[in-house]
Amino acid sequence: MKTTLAITPGEGWPPLSEVLEILAFRGGFNTSLVVAGTTLLGLAAGLIGVFALLRKRSLMTDALAHATLPGIGLAFLAATSLGFEGRSLPVLLAGAATSGVLGVLAIQALLRYTRLREDAAIGIVLSVFFGAGVVVLSYVQNPANVRASPAGLNHFIYGQTAALQPYDVAIMGAITLGAILATSLFLKEFALVCFNDAFAKVDGWPVSMIDLLMMALVVVVTVAGLQAVGLILVVAMLIIPPVTARLWTDRLRTLLIIAAIVGAASGYFGSVVSALLPRKPAGSVIVLTSGAIFAVSLVVAPSRGVVAGVIKRARLGLRIAGDHLLEEAHERAASSLSADTVREIARLRGWSAPIARGVCFWLSRAGFARRDSNGGIEVTERGSARGARVSRNHALWEQYLISYADVAPSHVDWSVDQVEHVLSDELIDDLERALAKRGVILPPAGTPT
Amino acid sequence: MSARPTNPTNPTRASAPDATLRDAPPTSALAERPEHSPQSPLAIHAMTVAYDRKPVLWDVDYDAPPNRLIAIVGPNGAGKSTLIKACLGLVPRASGQVEFWGEPYRTARARIGYVPQRESVDWDFPVSALDVVCMGRYRKIGWCRPVSRAHKHVALDCLERVGIRDFAKRQISQLSGGQQQRVFLARALAQEADLYFMDEPFAGVDAATERAIVGVLRDLRDAGKSVIVVHHDLQTVPEYFDDVILLNMRVVASGPVAQVFTTDNLHKTYGGRLTLLSEAAEAIARAEAGGA
Repeated sequence: MKTTLAITPGEGWPPLSEVLEILAFRGGFNTSLVVAGTTLLGLAAGLIGVFALLRKRSLMTDALAHATLPGIGLAFLAATSLGFEGRSLPVLLAGAATSGVLGVLAIQALLRYTRLREDAAIGIVLSVFFGAGVVVLSYVQNPANVRASPAGLNHFIYGQTAALQPYDVAIMGAITLGAILATSLFLKEFALVCFNDAFAKVDGWPVSMIDLLMMALVVVVTVAGLQAVGLILVVAMLIIPPVTARLWTDRLRTLLIIAAIVGAASGYFGSVVSALLPRKPAGSVIVLTSGAIFAVSLVVAPSRGVVAGVIKRARLGLRIAGDHLLEEAHERAASSLSADTVREIARLRGWSAPIARGVCFWLSRAGFARRDSNGGIEVTERGSARGARVSRNHALWEQYLISYADVAPSHVDWSVDQVEHVLSDELIDDLERALAKRGVILPPAGTPT
Repeated sequence: MSARPTNPTNPTRASAPDATLRDAPPTSALAERPEHSPQSPLAIHAMTVAYDRKPVLWDVDYDAPPNRLIAIVGPNGAGKSTLIKACLGLVPRASGQVEFWGEPYRTARARIGYVPQRESVDWDFPVSALDVVCMGRYRKIGWCRPVSRAHKHVALDCLERVGIRDFAKRQISQLSGGQQQRVFLARALAQEADLYFMDEPFAGVDAATERAIVGVLRDLRDAGKSVIVVHHDLQTVPEYFDDVILLNMRVVASGPVAQVFTTDNLHKTYGGRLTLLSEAAEAIARAEAGGA
């Protein structure tokens, strides 16, 4: 790894061959180790994060991560004073897990015995534990207090991916395997408790035990991620992949698979990029990578994406505008609307010229009308039937508002304009029945007026 | 603490609640209570429930006759949902016992089905209607085993019974409120229980759903089951239900609709006289807050 190279514009990007080498795990043993470790971590965190998200515990996870810091410092102190090597990873991680769990218990206790709401309880525990951790670390780092060198403890805050050892990667592999195993074994139980814990309890499931198992998985993944991405950012690996996956699917199994893939991909590409660009800490690059995947998904995802939403709304707008034109033609008893009439309607409805053209285009594409050469439209048989129906819906709803809701006839028009396009057949039946009771009967659509 | 009668042997203190709570049954009635029959699907003995030490249900005593459709009716804040939840162990009981066919909940729960309030879950959850109904089969499937085809078939039948089989594959957020309520009902049917608790199944549903639910309730009764329903629409009580529990922080009256669902009892349930109970509850809550 070129560790001393300063990045300047123009020479910042390494040659393509090096990029490919690292992508293919051939960029040297250390680099490959880091890439493998973060990929595995991303996969496990993405998978387990799904349950944290569905159980609405995402923020709790952040508190858990921050609350690990005092445990790290105290574990170091305890081990050193007992004459062990204070920097041994299992010792530090055990300390981290213990104080993280204590933090979560503190939140639960605050919720149970005080009137604090969850957001406030999480805020208090997160900051107080983190503050305590900073104090403990500064005490440890004073040579007057502790003789053993505490070098490296700070890395748990921001993470130091480059320090990953083969042993660490093996542990991450085991954790990933465990996460996959637990998810496939207990998917049904986890889903039940996340969706409806009261029902699960009545149904006889040990809800607190299942909750505890989910929380334990979160703790394990969080603690495993401390070394790689640091306690400030590890929560991102648990939250962002599931949220991204949720944009793409409505199915739980697919959600788990996509979240795992997004997590693994963020870990993989993030660490590759940080290996290529020295001095860029891997943890932050990994989080930025998953953030980028999220941002792209937010825009392009089908049905839940921003673009899909815009298209859907535009389509509805065109349909409603087209309905207005057809309704107008029906009420004028005309089989065609001249260009001037279309322009007149557009002016009344506040459509710009391109929108009016778009509406006519949509009508012709949907087979409701044909466009003539001057910009007018000729309504087809299907189009006039639709115009008649919309017009009748309008009349039905108007009558209903006047006779049942006591709305003044002069005030009904706006809401009618919105409602006439969305009435279902069932609603229309109900309307007709209600109006018939008051003696109002409208002829069926298509009857000449 | 002195505000509460803690020592029942002290005669002056023991008489205090009767003086304050004019509508509460006299203490001697507890001793004369008839034996609870083991045929009764639900027997509640002297149950009191409190949230944060503030009582919401006082000394509830009730024996459900078998094979009936039973409505729990009462004003907002009367403790209707709490009564169900306390029976099912979802909220802790301050005192009293609940038995199902003479057994405690722990051993009887395989025969109990539950329809929670629709608003109690997040309908954006990534599962289909069929997935939710399959949850009613989980206890029959057991730990760690996937949902087999046979169980899915039962779940589909349950969706059919509530009239929304065509929506089985829909994600639950794409269902209307009435359809969501029917999914919950279908899940309870999939539990194949003998006694059902339903929390406001008619709240905010369309006419078609209401008809479907009523049909299912009658089928359940015809099949020999018992159903206890939290209900808010007084008008439909005589049409839909056999028995009624009139509740306002305590059981005002209970029994067959024809005998119990009277104007007089409704006045007692909804009228202002019982506010004394809630005032007493407030006072206890205030004393607790002050003492803490």
